[in-house]
Amino acid sequence: MIAPLFYIFAGLAIVAALSVVLQRTPVYSALSLILVLCSLAVIYLLLGAQFLAVIQVIVYAGAIMVLFVFVIMLLNARQESPTDHSLFARRLGLPLLAVFLAEVIFVVVGHFSGTVFAAGATFDGGPGAVGGLLFRNYVLPFEVTSILILVAVMGAVVLAKKQL
Amino acid sequence: MVPVSHVLALSVILFGLGAAGFIVRRNIITIFMCIELMLNAVNLAFIAFSRYLGDPDGQIFVFFVIVVAAAEAAMGLAIIIAVQRNRQTLSIDDLDSMKL
Amino acid sequence: MATHSDLPLLLLMTLAKVVVVLGVLLTAIAYIVWMERKVVAHIQSRWGPYLVGPHGLLQPLADALKFLFKEDIVPDEVDRPIFWLAPLLAFTLAFLSISVIPFGESITIAGHTIPLQITDLNVGLLFVLAVTSLGVYGVALAGWSSNSKFPLFGGLRSSAQLISYELSLGLAVVSVVLIAGSLSLREIVEQQRGLWNICKQPLGFLLYFTAAVAETNRTPFDLPEAEAELVGGYHTEYSSFKFAMFFMAEYANMVTVSCLATSLFFGGWLGPVFGPPLVRSLLPVLWFALKVLAFLFVYIWIRGTLPRFRYDQLMGFGWRVMLPVALLNVLGTSLIVAWRSV
Repeated sequence: MIAPLFYIFAGLAIVAALSVVLQRTPVYSALSLILVLCSLAVIYLLLGAQFLAVIQVIVYAGAIMVLFVFVIMLLNARQESPTDHSLFARRLGLPLLAVFLAEVIFVVVGHFSGTVFAAGATFDGGPGAVGGLLFRNYVLPFEVTSILILVAVMGAVVLAKKQL
Repeated sequence: MVPVSHVLALSVILFGLGAAGFIVRRNIITIFMCIELMLNAVNLAFIAFSRYLGDPDGQIFVFFVIVVAAAEAAMGLAIIIAVQRNRQTLSIDDLDSMKL
Repeated sequence: MATHSDLPLLLLMTLAKVVVVLGVLLTAIAYIVWMERKVVAHIQSRWGPYLVGPHGLLQPLADALKFLFKEDIVPDEVDRPIFWLAPLLAFTLAFLSISVIPFGESITIAGHTIPLQITDLNVGLLFVLAVTSLGVYGVALAGWSSNSKFPLFGGLRSSAQLISYELSLGLAVVSVVLIAGSLSLREIVEQQRGLWNICKQPLGFLLYFTAAVAETNRTPFDLPEAEAELVGGYHTEYSSFKFAMFFMAEYANMVTVSCLATSLFFGGWLGPVFGPPLVRSLLPVLWFALKVLAFLFVYIWIRGTLPRFRYDQLMGFGWRVMLPVALLNVLGTSLIVAWRSV
C-alpha cells in the first residue's frame, strides 16, 4: 500500500519541481511549488512524520507560499524576459552542478543500495512525541527561534514600509 | 516497502532541480522559490534518515528549518518589495550596480 | 489496525460514507441558501422566495438549473488555466475538511461497527486548519487571474484578511486543545461528556466564532466581495457554473466552521439518548445537526443585523484586538491547565 503511493507522489513532486524551474510566469512557478510541497507532505506522512506533514501544509503551503503569491500579485510580476547576461553561470554552474549531483547519487546508491526501511515505525511522529521532544530537549533552540521570528517581523516591516 | 535509496534519490533530484533553477532563472521571486525547493529537498532527506535510523532528532531539525524558512521568506520578500520600489525591476540582470 | 482481508470492506465503507456525506452536504447547502433568503427576508419584513413550490421550497432546484444553463462568459484577457483552477480549488478544499468531522458515535450494521465519521485522524484538528489555510488560494488566484481591477482588489484584500484572522482562529482552537489534550476531534467531543467546552472557554468561543465569520468572508467581514465598492470582489468576472462553485464553496465553508464550532465548544453529537438501538445510534446525529443548524441561523442573523466594517477597521480589529486577546486566552488557559496538573 505504501510503496505505490510513494512512487505516485514522488513522480508528482518531480514533475511539479520541473515546472517550478521551467515556467516563465512566476505565478505558475509558485503554484507548482505548492504542488511539490503538498506531495512532499504526503511522503512525510508515509514516512511516519504525521505532525511535520501537517506543519508542512499549514506553514509552508498555507503561509509562506501565500506570502509569495501575495507579493507576486502585489508587484504584478508577469512573464520573465530571457536574457543572455548569465552565460558564465550557465556554462560553469550547470556542469559543476551535474558533477556534484552525480557524486551525491553515486554515494547514496553505493551506500544504501538494497537497504529498506524497517516495517514498523520506531518513532511515533505524532504531535505529542514531537512536542515533548521540542519542549524537553530543545527548549533553548525553540526560544531562540521565537526571537529570530520577532526580528524577522520587525525587519520586514522596516524594509517594506515606504516611510517610517 | 520503499528502499531508502529511492527516497534519498528523490531528495537529490529535487535539490538538483532547485539548484539548476537558481542558476538559470532571472526573476528574483522565482530564484527565491528555487531556494525553497532546495530547502525542502534537504528536509525530505532529514525525515528519511530520521525514519531509517529511528532517531527523532531529524524531525526536530526539519521543524526548525520550516520555522527559519518562514522568517527567511518574510525578510526576503520584504527585500524584493524594496528592490522593486527603488529600481522598478525584478530581473537580477538589472541589479548589477555592485559588480566591478 | 485493519488486516488485509478487511481492506476492501474498509475502502467500500469509506466510499459509501463519502458519497452519503457529500450528498447530504450538497442538499444542505442548497437549503441553507433558501434558509438565508427566507430569514433575511423576514428580518427585513419581506416574504422572500415564495413562488417555486410551497414557501419557495423548490427555489434551490430552480437556482441550480439557472446556474447550469447560463452562458459561461470568459473575459478576453484572463489567465485561462488559473481562471479555471481557482473555483475548482475553492470548491474542493471547502469540501475536503468535512472529512474529519465526527457526526455521531457509531452505528452497527450486520455486526460491523461503523464510526460516523469519514476518517478519524490523530491530527484531525490540524488537518482542518491545514485545509482552511489553503483556502486562500482559490480567492487570491481568482482575483489575480481575472486581470481586472475589482477582482484584484478583492483577492488582495481577502488574502490579507484570511491570513490575519487565521492566527486568532488557530489560537482560539489551541485553548480547546490545551483542555482536551488531544487533536483528534472524536476525543475532543468525548472529553466534553461532563461539561461542554463553552463553559470552560467562553472567551475562546467568542474569538473562534468572530474569526470564523471573517474566515468565511461573511458580513460584517465580507470586504473581499463588498458589493458597494468592489462590484463583486474576487468573483466579479465569473459567471454560470464557475460562479456557482464559489458560491457553494462559501456555504460549504460555513457548514464546516459550524460543525467545528459544535465539535469544539458545544459537545458535538452529545445529548440525551434513549429508545431502541437504532434510534439510540441515530439520535446523536440529530443533536449534531440541530446544533449546526443553530450556528447557521446565527450566521444569517448576524448578516441581517450588522453593517460592514471599513477595511482599516477590519485589519486593526484583527491585529490589535483579536490577536492579543487570543494570546492572553491561551496564556491563561495553559497556566490553569499547568496548575491543575501539578
